[in-house]
Amino acid sequence: MFDFSVVTTWFNDLLTVSAGMPQWLATTIECVIVGALLLLGYTVLAMFYIMYERWVCAWFQCRRGPLRVGPWGSLQIFADVIKMLIKEVVDLWKTDNFLHKLAPYFVLIASVVVFACLPWGKGLQAIDFNIGVFFMTAVSSLGVVGILLAGWSSNSKYTLIGAMRSGAQMISYELSIGIAMLTIVCLAGTMSVTGLVEAQQNGWFIFTGHIPAIIAFIIYIIAATAETNRGPFDLPEAEHELTAGYHTEYSGIHFGFFYLAEYLNLFIVSGIASLLFLGGWMPLHVAGWDGFNAVMDYIPSTVWFLGKAILVSFIIIWFKWSFPRVRIDQMLALEWRYLMPIGLFNLVLMAIIVSMGWHFAG
Amino acid sequence: MVLLGIQNTTLAITAVITGAVLVFAALLIARLIGPRSFTQKKGETYECGIPTRGESMAQFHVGYYLFAILFLMFDVETVFLFPWASIAKSIGSTALLAVGTFLFILVLGLAYAWKKGALRWK
Repeated sequence: MFDFSVVTTWFNDLLTVSAGMPQWLATTIECVIVGALLLLGYTVLAMFYIMYERWVCAWFQCRRGPLRVGPWGSLQIFADVIKMLIKEVVDLWKTDNFLHKLAPYFVLIASVVVFACLPWGKGLQAIDFNIGVFFMTAVSSLGVVGILLAGWSSNSKYTLIGAMRSGAQMISYELSIGIAMLTIVCLAGTMSVTGLVEAQQNGWFIFTGHIPAIIAFIIYIIAATAETNRGPFDLPEAEHELTAGYHTEYSGIHFGFFYLAEYLNLFIVSGIASLLFLGGWMPLHVAGWDGFNAVMDYIPSTVWFLGKAILVSFIIIWFKWSFPRVRIDQMLALEWRYLMPIGLFNLVLMAIIVSMGWHFAG
Repeated sequence: MVLLGIQNTTLAITAVITGAVLVFAALLIARLIGPRSFTQKKGETYECGIPTRGESMAQFHVGYYLFAILFLMFDVETVFLFPWASIAKSIGSTALLAVGTFLFILVLGLAYAWKKGALRWK
């Protein structure tokens, strides 16, 4: 496996030793570069995901999808971005102006910070706290504040109902995400993202943790679909009831931020799924098959991580076309009466398995 | 492992600033190149063409509040469980006993809420 810390250490030495910069200046330059790369990765991935979803949706509905702009419609998204940028940002009279402007910041910042925590490859990860996944859940729950602010400050009935539904949904399903994470933390014995990935060197957690890990994975995928407000849990934006839910009153690029964050959140939850259950950037290793393992090691770690995340996203997009939208009472009943009790029981099961040493050696 | 020898907190602040810059820069570009026009009707609340009646920043259905309270209880529980989970492997069966007691009391709370009908949407 290629270790990207070779590159970053070389760059740091280049600045501090070869160019003779003081440490504060080198750190500032490095932070600016990290920020620029994050921005680039964030926007490029969001664009890719918008196209990806359109292609997958077209495929599920037996139609051809975007086709006219560029080869296979691949330039469509650039046209869309430019269109969104040159639309007018309308200022409404009756809004709470400050909160209305503040809401997109909350939504985007929460999603960018969690995005920076994802492990892209060996040594290629911006933020790596020793409480990694806990930090992720803490930051990602800030997004719901942005959505509630957006709905309330818009001063419209549609946005208020959309935001309230969204808030109830996101906080409820956050619990299941947290409990699924706990199950894996219990198995791994660490919360740090690097530690989690490295613990999966000889077998991904979905294999080594067998039954409880598989249950946790299923709970996580369902909860993640609800957390990103996607179908069948897209009732905050149910278009025939609520126009567009909490972002009805946002126009142009202001609306674009919510759209961007929504697609990036799809990537983020898939990335966390691949980190927790499918080994992050770790290649697929089978104990005893040395030749096979060596071949798998040749595939770069970034490709592994992206491939797993895109695969999990495919499943989440698939849900949208397989299940009808749920009602709010069904949505809350699913979480509070089924997913959460099952999740807690599953956590105890995992604790028993871990303390008895019945899990497979990782 | 720390990237470039920079503190994680610094990098987290960098990510926060990056997000803020993304929103600010895109809004600025849109303001600069987008068209602007002013008409009376444009700034009104959009409710499918019908003039809006009454105040929208109003009191709201209490059901959402109930779920928020329940969420608070279980979210704090998650916070308590994270440190336990990260050492559960090393302390063995003691961990099991500790978390069993904790979860039992918690599930009693959930059962009470369930029986009272707080989990049913009204």
